[in-house]
Amino acid sequence: MVERRPLFAVASHLILIAGVAIVALPLYVAFVASTLSFDQVTTVPMPMLPGAEAINNYATVLEHGSGLASRAPVERMMWNSLVMALVIAIGKITISMLSAFAIVYFRFPLRRTFFWLIFVTLMLPVEVRIFPTYKVVSDLGLIDTYAGLTLPLIASATATFLFRQFFLTVPEELAEAARIDGAGPMRFFRDVLFPLSRTNIAALFVIMFIYGWNQYLWPLLITTQENMYTVVIGIKRMMAGGDQATEWQLVMATAMLALLPPGIIVIAMQRWFVKGLVDAEK
Amino acid sequence: MEKRVVWRSSWLPYALVAPQIVITIVFFFWPASQAVWQSMLLQDAFAANVQFVWFDNFVELFRDPRYLASFRVTAVFSVLVTVIGLSLALLLATFADRVVRGGGLYKTLLIWPYSVAAAVAAVLWVFLLNPTLGVLTHVLRAMGVEWNYLLNARHALILIVVAAVWKQISYNFLFFLAGLQSIPRSLIEAAAIDGAGPGRRFWTVVFPLLSPTTFFLLVVNVVYAFFDTFAIVDASTAGGPVDATTILVYKVWRDGTQALDLGSSNAQSVVLMLIVITLTVIQFRFIERKVNY
Repeated sequence: MVERRPLFAVASHLILIAGVAIVALPLYVAFVASTLSFDQVTTVPMPMLPGAEAINNYATVLEHGSGLASRAPVERMMWNSLVMALVIAIGKITISMLSAFAIVYFRFPLRRTFFWLIFVTLMLPVEVRIFPTYKVVSDLGLIDTYAGLTLPLIASATATFLFRQFFLTVPEELAEAARIDGAGPMRFFRDVLFPLSRTNIAALFVIMFIYGWNQYLWPLLITTQENMYTVVIGIKRMMAGGDQATEWQLVMATAMLALLPPGIIVIAMQRWFVKGLVDAEK
Repeated sequence: MEKRVVWRSSWLPYALVAPQIVITIVFFFWPASQAVWQSMLLQDAFAANVQFVWFDNFVELFRDPRYLASFRVTAVFSVLVTVIGLSLALLLATFADRVVRGGGLYKTLLIWPYSVAAAVAAVLWVFLLNPTLGVLTHVLRAMGVEWNYLLNARHALILIVVAAVWKQISYNFLFFLAGLQSIPRSLIEAAAIDGAGPGRRFWTVVFPLLSPTTFFLLVVNVVYAFFDTFAIVDASTAGGPVDATTILVYKVWRDGTQALDLGSSNAQSVVLMLIVITLTVIQFRFIERKVNY
């Protein structure tokens, strides 16, 4: 602050508090709704303080889903989402690190071609090649499998670039020293580059975990059986019965469960999250 | 920039890039080329009759008033999402940058919507704005507004804009805040000594210096509004009422799954691909300039 203006400081806080309140409103209402009974949720206006049905509602969705529309247990969906998010995050980091290592530390024919092949994938988001990709996955027999859910999303130009940028800043002396000591390339990768990349890995992990957990279009196409639904898809399916059949207290309980794991990761790993977000856009 | 120290091996580098390249070719290049190829075919739903028709699908597409309407909806939607989203985020970031105490707390409280899935964000807002039992619907009714996004095209558009802006606000906020914090204090102090008040300082010093961040966010938000909002539309309005919220990505999907018009759907995919390529090129040219700057 350049000069003292007490009134201005108060106004700043008021604006920020208003912003935080507006941002938090949907979450608060969803939380309250998830603790109410069906009758309470459908009264107009709905009570604005938490009710007594929390444990009941959460236990119901976790074990039986929403009775009227979709009976798939949310427990299973949470597991599917977790598998999908972890495989995508770890898979992306692994294959991008390996290819960035090859591109930076080796000279070989087609090196530039490979680099451009990876670069161009930035311009091909899932949304623009939905049906042909679906056809490839179904021809490979991967519908309703974890491989089908994750493999097509695992290639990432962003992560490869990030590791390439980072490897380029690693001092040459380290590689030279490793070579003099008789270490081979994989030994150098494991004992020098990998430990040095830890913060980058943590930052990317946060971003990619959220990316994987929150996928929508792809699981919507690839999962046809209830036991393969991810939780984000499950919520949509619960609302499929139309207005009368929607048990909002259960839908909101599921929504709370769906946003909890990525939410915790963002808050708990805030430093890496911000780093990951900023780095990924360079 | 290139490494001087490199390893030599005739097979290892290929083995290292293989996983990524294989996945890229199988799930990116092959399907994308199929999309381009099929966009020039005329086929019925069961692929029994296939005919090569060159660019007929595209000509058809741009003659279709519903496709042009979808273009208009997407344009209005992305302008609203970008302008409202950036203004709100800039407002909050400017004040968060000014406060001496509690800046970190506000930041934490404003970044969590990033972690919410777009579909979940849509469901939360659908619940708040549900025509019969929404909490906000009740407030609006008390103010004399008959809110019903299921019947009113304008309301439906407002609903998806609100959900999309809400979801993107943390991202914009973080980048604006980082941009503001990188502006040298001395410049702002110099302006203050010259007698410029906070408002004047913002428009003549801070805002111009923030323009690289703003431009970057502009491109990112347009890409977001075009491509990442499929889940928001599908989980809230499903493109309705009639076609009022049928944005381009949603139309590709619906024409492929429900109308089973694959030629047209693929032609639409190709049009979208050209849009992404243009936006990516703009973004990268700009970033190159920023490095020299």
